[in-house]
Amino acid sequence: MEHINWIHNIPFFSIFLAMFCGIITPLLKKGSIARMVHTGMLCVVFCMSVLLLLNVYQNGESFTFMMGHFPAPWGNELRAGPLEALMAVTFSAVMLLTTVGGASFIAHDVVPEKQNFYYIMLNALFGAMLALTYTNDIFTAYVFIEILTIASCALIMAKGTAQSMVGTTHYLVISLLGSGMILFGVSILYSITGQLLFPQMKEAIIQLVASGQYTFPLLVVTGFVFIGLAIKSALFPFHSMLPGAYQAAVPTSSGVLSGLVLKSYILLGIKLIYSVFSVDVMLQLKIIDILFVFGLAGMVMGSVYAMRETRMKRMLAYSSVAQIGYIYMGIGMASRIGMVAACFHILAHAVTKSMLFLCCGQMVEDSGGKEQIYYLRGAGFRNPLAGIGFTVGALSMVGVPLFVGFISKLYFATASVYAPGKMAAVLIVLGISMVLNALYFLPSVIAIWTPVKKENETQTRISVSPAFGVCIVAFVFLNIMLGIYYRPFIRIIEMGIILLQ
Amino acid sequence: MHKKNTFLQKLKAWVNGEDTLLHADEYIAKRKQPQPKQWLRSPSVEKIKSNRALYSFLCVLVAMVFITIMMVVVSELPTFGNASNPGNNEVMERYLEKGIEETGAINFVAGMILDYRAFDTFGESNVLFLAVICVLMLLRRDSKNISAAEEKEIAEDEALDAVDHKSILQVGAKYLSPVIILYGIYVILNGHLSPGGGFSGGSIVGGGLILYAAAFGHQSVQRFLNFRTFTWISVGCLLTYFACKSYSFFTGANHVGYTIPKGIPGHILSAGFILPLNICVGLIVACTMYGFYALFTKGDI
Repeated sequence: MEHINWIHNIPFFSIFLAMFCGIITPLLKKGSIARMVHTGMLCVVFCMSVLLLLNVYQNGESFTFMMGHFPAPWGNELRAGPLEALMAVTFSAVMLLTTVGGASFIAHDVVPEKQNFYYIMLNALFGAMLALTYTNDIFTAYVFIEILTIASCALIMAKGTAQSMVGTTHYLVISLLGSGMILFGVSILYSITGQLLFPQMKEAIIQLVASGQYTFPLLVVTGFVFIGLAIKSALFPFHSMLPGAYQAAVPTSSGVLSGLVLKSYILLGIKLIYSVFSVDVMLQLKIIDILFVFGLAGMVMGSVYAMRETRMKRMLAYSSVAQIGYIYMGIGMASRIGMVAACFHILAHAVTKSMLFLCCGQMVEDSGGKEQIYYLRGAGFRNPLAGIGFTVGALSMVGVPLFVGFISKLYFATASVYAPGKMAAVLIVLGISMVLNALYFLPSVIAIWTPVKKENETQTRISVSPAFGVCIVAFVFLNIMLGIYYRPFIRIIEMGIILLQ
Repeated sequence: MHKKNTFLQKLKAWVNGEDTLLHADEYIAKRKQPQPKQWLRSPSVEKIKSNRALYSFLCVLVAMVFITIMMVVVSELPTFGNASNPGNNEVMERYLEKGIEETGAINFVAGMILDYRAFDTFGESNVLFLAVICVLMLLRRDSKNISAAEEKEIAEDEALDAVDHKSILQVGAKYLSPVIILYGIYVILNGHLSPGGGFSGGSIVGGGLILYAAAFGHQSVQRFLNFRTFTWISVGCLLTYFACKSYSFFTGANHVGYTIPKGIPGHILSAGFILPLNICVGLIVACTMYGFYALFTKGDI
């Protein structure tokens, strides 16, 4: 018996642990037990991912893990490096804080006998996100995209209201369009390369480009795969499913979907750019420029839509569209530093947006279920913790120094210097977008801190559940910590991207 | 609805989609009024937004563009069955030449999906499981999604079902469903020896169950498949799959001992884990098929 390297087993253990918890949850009778299983699983995966991150960062390595008895071109494979490990850490930490902090929403909004189904979906969603993070095989990626689609639709419809059904249907139709395009792309890609694993596929594509064979199918395939991923991650012209879905869903679901699920598709896209299509081919095919242009458009249009909204959850959803635009802009700059900025923004947005949705959900609940910003006046005094959380999140999204949003914007601006021909566009749009961000986030912050006098109603203090309090404090702390102590994360991302190439 | 004087306000109304929500009465009232003839053709936003011809035209246009692109791509793809295709490489070669030796299964497809690339199939069976849980979440009767009127309706339906004799269906189902289910079991058990396997066999078994339930009512199926057994079968099968594959992945990746006998290819008890995995997948698929039918017709399993 050889020596077993336990660290290299961590990706496999994390995915299978999440799936295992999803499978056994139907046997649990009560939602509270399901919640404990879910929380425990997230804690274990978080610890394992931190261990993995420290290990790969110290060794400066990335490794592949054979799933089964058959080596690379024949069997499935997982791959982990610093970037993947960092994303797994982020996903598990944000997921933990969101689901623990939002447990009261789930207990409140979802019918008691169906709460354990909700936790099945959360577990499966998490397993699928990890699988997308670690996968080294394009068909595995597609299978787990399917799981992610089903689970996200279930999370939206869990509330069971008519509004959430409409939101789910919209989300389902657009998501399936994206999945369909990815499937088309994958199947054509298989027939012109004959491979499914990333490294072998990359070799085959480089050979195809060098020999000039199948040029048009390759272009169409690249377009299909990346447009499919863009649809799934709600890049600007395909964003229409977000507001309705996030408005109607349980705040916990909105936080998870906006903060993490959209990001896992983008992460898969980044992995595909580096380890399948390779940057040179992407540049040659101009796909990356198209992503860049749509990213820029999304940055401005998302903010414009958000400014016009009077309902807070829809405003946050449109703000997500703008932030996704930032990430695609970073990818579209086609330089390593642009990609680092994009990856860091994935982190920043995950940490911030989940907190915003939780705080917003809490404030709406305290204000009698009314979502219009008008009725949320004074919500900060009714529930100071949620108010502070929302303020921190809003400032971070606007890009105020000391918060994490500032760092990613700083890096985007820096990256633009290294992107010849795109610098002016990036800087101008970045400026416009930041002003627009401030124009819709700051009024809502001012609104929630505006005291309202009510004659007939005495000011009742609303009790905050301790879990929510702890999670919001942790989120705020995380936000400020990432905003000040960001260099190690940037180094990890840089190393991860170099190893990915 | 806001006033729409300036262009910006019109654009705002258009983006909001305000104008499409015309109430029926308003619409009728508007239609009866004699329309003043407009000599100047002003582009009205409502007209554009409610112009179904424009939408149909755009739909057809987009579809045509996509069809053209796909046609061109397909015409440039490698010819089907050509020996020099990119798909016919070392991967295919090993699957076909060493498949029997390495997996013990005569059916290469079973060897491929349940041994070489078992991780994907694990994902696929999870997709089925999640789909049925999703439908359960949506349709299973709970305190929120059913009203007294609907309950009364269901009770009436059941009463009507009870007096309805359905003789042809019942006689047909009585003789057909055992044969169908038996054939499904054969397809599942022979999955590693001949074309077939868990997915196809499971759907045949599910079809047999649906026929039986349609003829004799849900109560007769509930005698052996109620919600409790349904959950236990699905979870049990997934757990078995999970256990087998974790063992195989763990031992395979870490190069530690893996002692599952492959048996003699061609015998029914051969091919290592493939037979139990086929049975698991078959049971999951059968449960899922029947579960969909039961949930969509009755709202419960």
